[in-house]
Amino acid sequence: MATVRKGIEVSIALAEAVGQANVDVIAAYPITPQTHIVEHLAEMVADGHLDAEFVPVESEHSAMSVCCGSSAVGARTFTSTSSQGLALMAEIFYIASSLRLPIVMALANRSLSGPLSIWNDHTDTMMVRDSGWVQVFVENGQEAYDHMFWAFRVAEHPDVLYPTAVNLDGFILTHMIEPIIFEDNETIKKYLPDLKMKNVLHPDNPVSMGCFAMPEIYTETQMAREQGLVKSYPQAVKAWDEWYELTGRRYHPIETYRADDAEYCVVTMGSYGEAAMEVVDMLREKGEKVGVVKIRLWRPFPFEDFYKAIEGKKHLIVLDRAISFGGPGGPVATEIRSALYNRKNAPAIVNYVLGLAGRDVTPGDFIKILHEGKEKALKGDTAGYTLYGVRE
Amino acid sequence: MGMDKYNVFAAALVEKAEYFAPGHRACQGCAEALAVRLVMKALGRDTIVAMSTGCMEIVSSPLPTTSWNVPWIHVAFENSSAVISGCAVGMKALMRKGRVEKRDINFVAMGGDGATADIGMGQLSGMMERGHKAIYVCYDNEAYMNTGIQRSSSTPWGASTTTSPAGSESIGQNTNKKNMPQIAVAHDIPYVATACSSYPFDLMEKVKKATTINGASYIHVLSVCPTGWRIPFDESIKYGRLAVNSGVFPLYEVVNGKYRMTHKPEKFLPITAYMKGQGRFRHLKDTDIERIQQKVLDDYNKILKRCEE
Ligand SMILES: Cc1ncc(C[n+]2csc(CCOP(=O)(O)OP(=O)(O)O)c2C)c(N)n1
Ligand code: SF4
Ligand SMILES: [Mg+2]
Repeated sequence: MATVRKGIEVSIALAEAVGQANVDVIAAYPITPQTHIVEHLAEMVADGHLDAEFVPVESEHSAMSVCCGSSAVGARTFTSTSSQGLALMAEIFYIASSLRLPIVMALANRSLSGPLSIWNDHTDTMMVRDSGWVQVFVENGQEAYDHMFWAFRVAEHPDVLYPTAVNLDGFILTHMIEPIIFEDNETIKKYLPDLKMKNVLHPDNPVSMGCFAMPEIYTETQMAREQGLVKSYPQAVKAWDEWYELTGRRYHPIETYRADDAEYCVVTMGSYGEAAMEVVDMLREKGEKVGVVKIRLWRPFPFEDFYKAIEGKKHLIVLDRAISFGGPGGPVATEIRSALYNRKNAPAIVNYVLGLAGRDVTPGDFIKILHEGKEKALKGDTAGYTLYGVRE
Repeated sequence: MGMDKYNVFAAALVEKAEYFAPGHRACQGCAEALAVRLVMKALGRDTIVAMSTGCMEIVSSPLPTTSWNVPWIHVAFENSSAVISGCAVGMKALMRKGRVEKRDINFVAMGGDGATADIGMGQLSGMMERGHKAIYVCYDNEAYMNTGIQRSSSTPWGASTTTSPAGSESIGQNTNKKNMPQIAVAHDIPYVATACSSYPFDLMEKVKKATTINGASYIHVLSVCPTGWRIPFDESIKYGRLAVNSGVFPLYEVVNGKYRMTHKPEKFLPITAYMKGQGRFRHLKDTDIERIQQKVLDDYNKILKRCEE
């Protein structure tokens, strides 16, 4: 098995991964910061490097609709979008999961209008949190590359059959040039078998997909969706384990950094995990017992892994990249508070919403937040959240 | 082409198999359901259907039952054209890559006039512009019937609907019917046709022709809705014929830009014959009807002229 290490833009590497996954159909509509991903896929198809149909649709709503059609006939299907594009396709995003179609999306996270902004945060993805997709966050270019294969593998597993979104921070990841290890096609083939779905649209075995439900049966359909999504968890873990065996790179639903003996931890999701680790190293040198807890698998939420990761911590400083207007806090903190409610010895939660629409967050900011947050926790000042860095 | 050759034993000429099976929940006398049934007979079993939300979807697919004897998918209201585009490209890729055996399959999207002329217009335009080998069938009952007879851009001028009600300050629908077939023609696709379920052979021939076209086809089917038009449920076929024979709804096709009238009324009826018994037009005054008559003739003659070009 040969691997190649290249300095390459993350978007290009990700598109190459989709190509290596031998995708059949790509349907997408351009939006910053997703553009380089689909441009590169279009180029690969145009140059004959990738045997796939590239459908340059007239909107994101159509992109997801085309994806539903192609996935329903059993074709491996990929799309990518950001922000307004996700908002426009949201209607179909939800339906894709109810139809159990294993579409894979690279979601280049960007803020939602308004005001219009092309820069990164997590407001777009939080809009579809409850859509029934498998949702994962990556932290750097290598993870983005690796998770394309993982996403197809999980989505298409017969026990799963759920669309899967790989969230990567717009610009911070999509537009960076990073050293990335490329696996050879043999390895990928071993890891990712051809897509075989039991129920597809074909005249030899007519099935009806997308029937409507009366109140007598709707609840049962939702129960089935819930149970199905929860069942994707063991497959997600298995797919990471096997990736580790093949490549030596290991991933977990919840990951920690210097957290074992930490008194308190900062909780991140996405690319902020890297900065958090650096800051923790700095603080550790000064003797502070601090660590990082990173949420990789966002849906289905890995409760047990999370409980294990935070066991014995006195408080958690949860960083959110999205705001819930009029709500109790950022979506991640709200989730965690709810998960910990009524648990014995649960840590205190202090919540910061920060880095909206690409607002820079420096290591200095991180340190400030960690210290201030710790103080708040000790004082019992844990209600609500702080929108960090608002200029007066 | 005359209809005479079908005068005798016409039923024997129709495909027996039902791909849109009986037992669905359409209203009595629903000519939209009849249109679907006839279209499916013409398409045959090697067909994949993507259908928009609307009456036909709702009457045919309450979980856990289905009326569909062909592979069928419903995703949402506005996107059957995009969904079928996906089915077509997906199959194309799978057949090219040898993962599905090669064979001819009809890819057919279906939607009501609301799905087609209003909310799904952009997506239909995309399907036609990209030129997928796919057929789009619009079942035009001239309003959003599924949600309770609201106006669409395909509702004719003067019709009273629940969102364009006639009243002391309102004529009812105060805009002219959007001309979807002409919009399809403007996309330069190889096949566009109008049809009506009151003319089953004409309808089925057009559908069959569309299956042989290498590119996108658009078929616009006037589908009488007794519930929404407020006519007796046993008169749907009659009203379809009246629409055609008064020139309100000309039956024509456009093959590679070439127009042909496929049914010329033997005797051109005045539109009063068509409008008289319909509850949705009941409030109209003679002067209103005159205005409509003039527009009907103008529009008909426009098509006729194109046929003669
Ligand atoms: C995005 C969206 N908007 C509105 C609706 C509600 N809706 C469902 S069917 C329908 C009208 C369908 O009208 P048409 O396409 O003409 O079909 P018909 O029922 O008349 O056959 C509407 C408004 C919906 N399902 N989705
Ligand atoms: S409302 Fe009209 S179109 Fe809908 S099922 Fe009834 S008759 Fe048919
Ligand atoms: Mg309608």
